[in-house]
Amino acid sequence: MHTLPAVEGFMYPNEMELQWSVLIVLYPFLTGLVAGAFILASLQRVFKVQAVAPTYRLSLLTALAFLLVAPLPLQLHLGHPERSFEMFLTPHRSSAMAMFGFVYLWYLLAVLVIEIWLEYRPYLVGRARATTGATRLFYRALTLGSENLSPRSLEIDDRVGRFVTVIGIPSAFLLHGYVGFIFGSVKANPWWSTPLMPIVFLFSAIVSGIAAVLLIYLFYTWAKRIPLDMPCLDTMAKYLYYAFLVDFALELLDLVHRVYEADESFHTLDFMVKTRLYGSQLVGQIFLGTLVPLGMLALTQLVALSERARKGLYAGAAALTLVGIFLMRWNVVIGGQLFSKSFLGYTTYKMEFATREGLLPAILVMLLPLAVLWALVRLLPPMAATPPETEAR
Amino acid sequence: MSVDRRQFLADTTKLLLLTGAASRAWAFVEQGRPQDAPGYDVHRHWWAMFIDIEKCIGCGLCVDACKVENDVPPEAHYSRTWVERYHVPDRDPLDPLAEPQPRVDSPDGGRHGFPEIYPPGTGGKSFFVPKLCNHCAHSPCVQVCPVGATFESPDGVVLVDKDYCVGCRYCVQACPYGCRYIDPRTQTVDKCTLCYHRITRGLTTACCEVCPTGARQFGDLKNPRDPIHDLLRAHKVQVLKPQMATGSKVYYAGLDAAVR
Repeated sequence: MHTLPAVEGFMYPNEMELQWSVLIVLYPFLTGLVAGAFILASLQRVFKVQAVAPTYRLSLLTALAFLLVAPLPLQLHLGHPERSFEMFLTPHRSSAMAMFGFVYLWYLLAVLVIEIWLEYRPYLVGRARATTGATRLFYRALTLGSENLSPRSLEIDDRVGRFVTVIGIPSAFLLHGYVGFIFGSVKANPWWSTPLMPIVFLFSAIVSGIAAVLLIYLFYTWAKRIPLDMPCLDTMAKYLYYAFLVDFALELLDLVHRVYEADESFHTLDFMVKTRLYGSQLVGQIFLGTLVPLGMLALTQLVALSERARKGLYAGAAALTLVGIFLMRWNVVIGGQLFSKSFLGYTTYKMEFATREGLLPAILVMLLPLAVLWALVRLLPPMAATPPETEAR
Repeated sequence: MSVDRRQFLADTTKLLLLTGAASRAWAFVEQGRPQDAPGYDVHRHWWAMFIDIEKCIGCGLCVDACKVENDVPPEAHYSRTWVERYHVPDRDPLDPLAEPQPRVDSPDGGRHGFPEIYPPGTGGKSFFVPKLCNHCAHSPCVQVCPVGATFESPDGVVLVDKDYCVGCRYCVQACPYGCRYIDPRTQTVDKCTLCYHRITRGLTTACCEVCPTGARQFGDLKNPRDPIHDLLRAHKVQVLKPQMATGSKVYYAGLDAAVR
C-alpha cells in the first residue's frame, strides 16, 4: 500500500490519486514528433522547399520510428491492455479516444509506410540485385515483387508519392489535432477544455518535429562524417522559428483569454501555475523552453553569424525546444490533474521509478524510438543514392 | 410477534423467489442488458435521488452502508459515495467585498462522522453535503468511454461493464463530480450503481435505507405515485454544477452557492 500524495485544501476523495501518469505525457509528445517530422518532410515533397531535401528521408524514418512506439505508453498505462483491441472491434463512436486506433492505423498504413516504400523502392530493388543470400531475400521481400525501375515506372512512383503526401498532411493534422481534442473536449476540466487545444497541440507538434529532425540530422551527419548541408540547416531553423512563433502566439492567446475572462476556475488555475507548476511551466516551458530558444533563433535570423556559431545556436535552440514542448505536454496532462474539480484544493504527482507507470519505463519508452530509428537508418540509409542501374529489365 | 407455519413458509418462499429472481437479473445487468432481466421492466422506471441538505447530520452511515453493501475498497480514495462538510465563514464587515472562502473536509469520506472543529459560537455556517454519482442523462463519462463499457441503462442508471472496461481512465477525467475511481483489485473503473442489484428487486439503495433522517430519498420519476414528486414539488431544488448541463438526476434541496 503506497502513501497518498500530499493534498492542500480539499479534493474530492477519488481525486487524490492522479489517473494519468508520465506515460500519458509521453503519448502526445511522441505523436507530436511524428506529425511534425512528417510535415517537415512534406515541405520538400508538396511545397517544393528544395533546401530541406537532404532531410526528407530522415524525416520520414523519424516519423515512422516514433509512430511505431507511440501506442506503447498507452498500452502500458491501460488497466487491461489485452482488451484494447476492443477499440477496433466495437469502437464507441462518441469517444475521441476510440478513434485513435483508426487514425493511427490510417496514418501508419495509408500514409507513412506507403510513402516510405515508394521513396525507397529504387534503393530496395538495387540492394536486392546487388546482394546475395539472406540479405537479397530480405530486400526482395521488401520490394513486394515490384522491381520495375523504368523511367515511366519511377514517374508513377513519384506521382503516387506526391498524392500520398497531399493526403498525408491533413492526416498528420488529424493525428495530432485529435490528440489535442482528447484533452480539449473534456468539459469537466477547465485546464483542458478549450477549442484552442487541438490547434495548440498541432503547432507545438510541428515545432517539436522540426527540432527533433534538426538534431537527428546534426547527429547523423556528425556520426557518419557526412558533410553537413548548411542551407538545409538554415532553412529548417527558419521554419522552426516561424512555427514556434505561431505556436507561442496561440499559447499566449489562450493565456490572455483565460486572464481576461477570469471565469470561476481562474483563481484556482492561477494559483496552481504560480505554485505547483512554477518550475515546469513558468521557468521550464515558457522561459527556458520557449523564450530562450526563440531568442537564439531570432539572433540567427537577425545577425550574420559564422557557420559554426549558427550550428551551435540551432542545436541549442532545438534541444531547448524539445524540452519546452515536453514540458508543455507535462503541464497539460499532469497540471490538469493537480487541482480539484471543486476548485478548493490541490494534490501532488508522485512519480514512481521502477513500476509499470514509473520513470524507468518512461525513459525506456522515450529511448525506444531512437533505437528503432537506428535500425531503420541501417536498413534504409537516408543518404544512399538511388542505384545507377535504373534501366528497365 | 408470532408467526405461524403457513405464514413462515409463505414468507420464506417469497424471499427465495425474490432472491433467485434478483440473482438471475444481475447476470443480465452484468452483460449490459438489464432490460432483459426477468420480472423487471427497465423501460418503466427512471430513477433519481433527492437529497435534503437541511436534514443531513453527517453521521456517515450512508458511506459505511455503501462500502459494505457494494464491497467498495475501504480506503477513502475509493468512494462510491461520500459526505462533505462545508464551513462558510461569516462575511467580514470591514471587507464586505471579499467573498467568504468555504472550508471543506471529508475525513475518511465522512464514513465515521465528523469531529467537531466548528463548535457553536465560532460564527459562519456549517452543513453536510452527501455526494454520489449523479446518474446524468447526458453523461460525459459515457460519452468518452472508448469501448462503450460504461453506459446509461434505459431506467436512467449509469453502469459499468467490468468485463469490457479497458481501464483507460478517460471517464474518471470526464466526470465533473469526481465520482469514479479505479478499483485496484480489478483494474477497471467503479462507481455508484444506485444499488442496481437492490432497486431491480424493488428495494431502495443501501445509503437511503440506512439514512436515519431521511436526508436521502430514492425515487422513480416515471412512477406518478412516487413520493419523490412531492419532494421535488415542495422544495426548491438544484443540481450540482448545473453549468455542465449533464442532466444530473441527483436533486439537492437547500444547496448553498458555496457547494461545488
